[in-house]
Amino acid sequence: MPEQTVVTDLSDPQARRALVQGIEATPGVAKPDPILTVDNIVRRFGGMTAVDVDHLEVQRGIITALIGPNGAGKTTFFNLITGFDQATSAKTMFHRPAKAAHWSFNGQSLDNTSASAVSRAGMVRTFQLTKALSRMTVLDNMMLGARGQRGEQLLFSWLQPLWGRQERQNTAKALELLDRFQLLEKKNDYAGSLSGGQRKLLEMARALMTDPTMIMLDEPMAGVNPALTQSLLRHIQDLRDEGMTVLFVEHDMHMVRHISDWVVVMAEGRVVAEGESQVVMADQAVIDAYLGAHHDTDLGDDSLLEDEALQQLAREVAEEEAGDDK
Amino acid sequence: MVDASRLGLIRAGVTACLALVLAPLLLLVGHSAAYASTVVDEPATCTPSPENGCLRVQLPRGVEVAGIQFLVETPSGDTVLQETDEQGFSILEVTEPGEYTVTIDESTLPPGVAILPDAQGNVIVTRTAVLELTEGRQASLRPAALNFSVRAEDYRSVTPLSEQLAQALASGIRLGLLLALASVGLSLIYGTTGLSSFSHAEQVTLGGMTAYVMVQWFGVPFLLAAVLTVIVCGATGYLQDRVIWQPLRHRGVGLIQMMIVTIGLSLALQYTFQVVVGADTVRVLTTQAATVSVGPVTLTTQSLFAMGIAVLVLSVVGFALLRTRLGRATRAVSDNPALAAASGIDVDRVIRMVWILSTALAGLSGVMLALVLNGVKWNSGLQILLLLFAAVTLGGLGTAFGALIGALIIGVMVELTPVLGAPGDLKYATALLVLILLLMVRPQGILGKAQRVG
Amino acid sequence: MNEQKPPVHGDEVSPDDLVEDYEIEVDELPEELLEESTKSKTVKTLILTGVGVFVLAAMWFVATNFTGTIPNLCAQVLREALKPQTAAVAIAVIGLNIHFGFTGLLNIGQAGFMLLGAYGFAIALSNGLPIWLAVLIGLACAAVFSLLLGIPTLKLRGDYLAIVTISAAEILRYVGRLSQLGDVTGGSHGLAGSAYRGSFTDLSFFGDGRTAVGPFNYHNTGVDGWWVRAVAWATVAVVLLIVWLLVRSPWGRLLRGVREDEDAIRSLGKNVYMIKMQALLIGGSLGALGGMIYVLPTSVQPDAMGRSLTFFIWTALLLGGAATIFGPVLGAILFFSVRILIRGVTDAVVPDSIMTTQQAAQFSWVVVGVMLMLLVIFRPQGILGNKRELQFNA
Repeated sequence: MPEQTVVTDLSDPQARRALVQGIEATPGVAKPDPILTVDNIVRRFGGMTAVDVDHLEVQRGIITALIGPNGAGKTTFFNLITGFDQATSAKTMFHRPAKAAHWSFNGQSLDNTSASAVSRAGMVRTFQLTKALSRMTVLDNMMLGARGQRGEQLLFSWLQPLWGRQERQNTAKALELLDRFQLLEKKNDYAGSLSGGQRKLLEMARALMTDPTMIMLDEPMAGVNPALTQSLLRHIQDLRDEGMTVLFVEHDMHMVRHISDWVVVMAEGRVVAEGESQVVMADQAVIDAYLGAHHDTDLGDDSLLEDEALQQLAREVAEEEAGDDK
Repeated sequence: MVDASRLGLIRAGVTACLALVLAPLLLLVGHSAAYASTVVDEPATCTPSPENGCLRVQLPRGVEVAGIQFLVETPSGDTVLQETDEQGFSILEVTEPGEYTVTIDESTLPPGVAILPDAQGNVIVTRTAVLELTEGRQASLRPAALNFSVRAEDYRSVTPLSEQLAQALASGIRLGLLLALASVGLSLIYGTTGLSSFSHAEQVTLGGMTAYVMVQWFGVPFLLAAVLTVIVCGATGYLQDRVIWQPLRHRGVGLIQMMIVTIGLSLALQYTFQVVVGADTVRVLTTQAATVSVGPVTLTTQSLFAMGIAVLVLSVVGFALLRTRLGRATRAVSDNPALAAASGIDVDRVIRMVWILSTALAGLSGVMLALVLNGVKWNSGLQILLLLFAAVTLGGLGTAFGALIGALIIGVMVELTPVLGAPGDLKYATALLVLILLLMVRPQGILGKAQRVG
Repeated sequence: MNEQKPPVHGDEVSPDDLVEDYEIEVDELPEELLEESTKSKTVKTLILTGVGVFVLAAMWFVATNFTGTIPNLCAQVLREALKPQTAAVAIAVIGLNIHFGFTGLLNIGQAGFMLLGAYGFAIALSNGLPIWLAVLIGLACAAVFSLLLGIPTLKLRGDYLAIVTISAAEILRYVGRLSQLGDVTGGSHGLAGSAYRGSFTDLSFFGDGRTAVGPFNYHNTGVDGWWVRAVAWATVAVVLLIVWLLVRSPWGRLLRGVREDEDAIRSLGKNVYMIKMQALLIGGSLGALGGMIYVLPTSVQPDAMGRSLTFFIWTALLLGGAATIFGPVLGAILFFSVRILIRGVTDAVVPDSIMTTQQAAQFSWVVVGVMLMLLVIFRPQGILGNKRELQFNA
């Protein structure tokens, strides 16, 4: 573990911004204290290249947003770095590409590491389609997140005295987290009975049970009703304020600009831009990425740069692409 | 497992066939797995009727040794001396129920062939079997099975290996084609609905049974019976989808749950066959088929006919899948049901057609298998169920053409196993072993799409 | 075989995803359906137990105090329920429950584990090894078998385990039947019970003679007497206790988590592969233990432990209720005794001219098959199962 040289009060927006201030807004730029460094990640499906990222660094202790239009390869990229998918460029026993995929987290190499090992290293993710364990109670869902449980070892599991104390401690922690995420009164309900937004909250809370160093949220806002969105955003900010690094995928730009400290834009599998949110939103490459099919639109019109208009266009592009694919 | 010789009642004009199987070490002795293996092309010079049964002595294929003598003592005390012919057969017409004693004359065994001692090391040259008169609606002679195991140390030198290979290859292709008829349907069902239907094997048995009932109980000419069987089997597919599968799909019942429903259906059908037809092997056609030899390969005309029909039907199905509207719709549904539905395809209708087609093909496969493999039994389908699954998996789950290739590979593998020196008992086992090994190297099967495997 | 389409990795929202989303929405049942308070659960259990005890007592009473067809049938049913084979199958079902009910592993070859356990046990005994070692050898065989099956398949999609287990169980049966192995396995004739039973009956402290209790009248020790019954059901009790201890622990919670969603468990840093392997191993060993008890009063017959037995085990599991503690035992008892009941009733009611005794036996299997279908369609959670937890179509 590299020593933490920068001690900043992360709840102060100014101090946070200071961490990434002055960094040039070009794709793959170096960060002062990267927690995650990624090189040469390529993933192909058949003939199509879904992800092709040369270099990317994620700064410790801030919220980084990974945005891009539908089909940009954001989730695939997420799957690759969390071990849920294997890069085509990965070094394997039979295949040693010249530019092999390499990425490290907190100074630890994660090449060819299984998803569970990635999680144990401290990089814990959630899923776009929530994976609440429907036929288990909310509390059981939470308890599964706890690390180093003695009772999960087959050898000790049948001897309750060996794990009873740890179980009580974990339960207390789980209840505390549930309380914070307003799920406490649901603790004995089956997770399948929760609403979409509550599942997102549960999944986030469950991920926090693992005491992660970095939490990776895959479209945390998708399918969540507007009333819950605010509270979700608040939770994400709180995590950062407690010193956690947050990386999240989102295609709604509006959401992103409010809470993110740094924005990475992907399009067609590549990182096309990164920078502070205001800078990035004005970037021509980003506009191109989002507007791809709409180049005939008059870009001189300032109203296009309004969030609503961008969103509208993004939606249109998404719909058209969805239509084209089929 | 139910002891086949103890259960069941023979109806109609079939009386007893006492099969005395002289099996060499390398070939399977026994009732169950004999289905697809040893007894295939025997001449039947004795036709069972309500008045008489047939005592059949047969050497397995590959040991066509003439002149082995044995003495048969009938219940009334008479003795008859029998001798095998050039093809290793001998058939005796018998008319009375009771205990028959058969004694092999060891001195007539050619060099290299010997009786296999039993587990206790005793060489038993005399065996008895009881043909009993069963009570029931119709009295009949119940068959009893008698087995001698014969060691044939160097019988394989009798036929050159190349000729054995050629014969096994031909038999393998025959088995493969008939399996393909059933497995293509299984694969289509899997492709369009995601269901692994364990009752598909019973659909195959149903084909053989229906043909048997039509030909032997009602005297329908064989060809007409075959056509009617296919129609009847297709109708069962329609009915099943209508009554069971479609409602279950609409209720959103899970695939594992549906799979277990097919297991229940399979169990119910197996025992229905036993209740209706009995627990013994029945033959659709009892007449002797002529054989045709091309070089080292000898096949019956029935086999050739069955193979021809299979090739024809499979080509038509293949063509239909590739070229017709319905075929394209089927493939679209296999690929992505939601998308197919969104693009205006009536998914339910396609699936219903798939059920009809699959069960009809399975029925046809059943008729042909019963014709070629010397009869059909309540568990005939169960015997080949795993071969069907192996074929479908080998080819790539849910790809119809993969299933065809898979079936041919499995068929050839099954028939080649004994020739290549592995114990004949393991002929099915090797096919399954190859399946397991292949899955480890290439989990998506031969024609499967790699990225669909998570 | 049964393919749950893997989530499409990538941002593209394919129609598949839409469907998945939709299903999740459908999944949300109204609260009142989900709430099954512990109180109502206890009441339900009490009622069920009460009904069970009453039925048993009534049958016992009828069987011992009257004579005729019905009392005879009652006695038959009770005897079937207490048979050592019923206990043996119950143990195998408990094993399958670990696989399927708790972990979601599709093992369609449980009879293979039983056969292997039986072979290991019987062959070791007939070669003069002490009985404790023979049991260990049987268990070890199953453990090795689990590893062989699990190592390559547990990383793949669930249906591969299904194909591999059913195929491997069949291969085992074919190999066991092999005439070349006649000296070891007895070939297709199997191993006679007399070859290995001796050291088991020697352990008996029940003494000689017969004891009759109600409709049960057996030798105290003997081939198929009280001794083997006592040992079989005592084993069931011990196995139940062990399984209860295991599944209520965090380890058991982990199993259920894997059943629900492997990827979620992986994302929490758990080694899913290892957990599934442990479950396969324990369930398989229980299968082997069941196999050993299955052959004690009879003989080792490879064909008696084929696909049909696997299917019976599945039926018993679903009948009793997957992912419950007592479900498997209840399911096994009901499965065998109900079949005897159907057979007896059919035989008594339908005249011989329509259906012979033999056909009545076959007919009872037809009914069992239809019952399995109806059960899975209309009460997928089985008798003891919790409706919400046990719909296994997730």
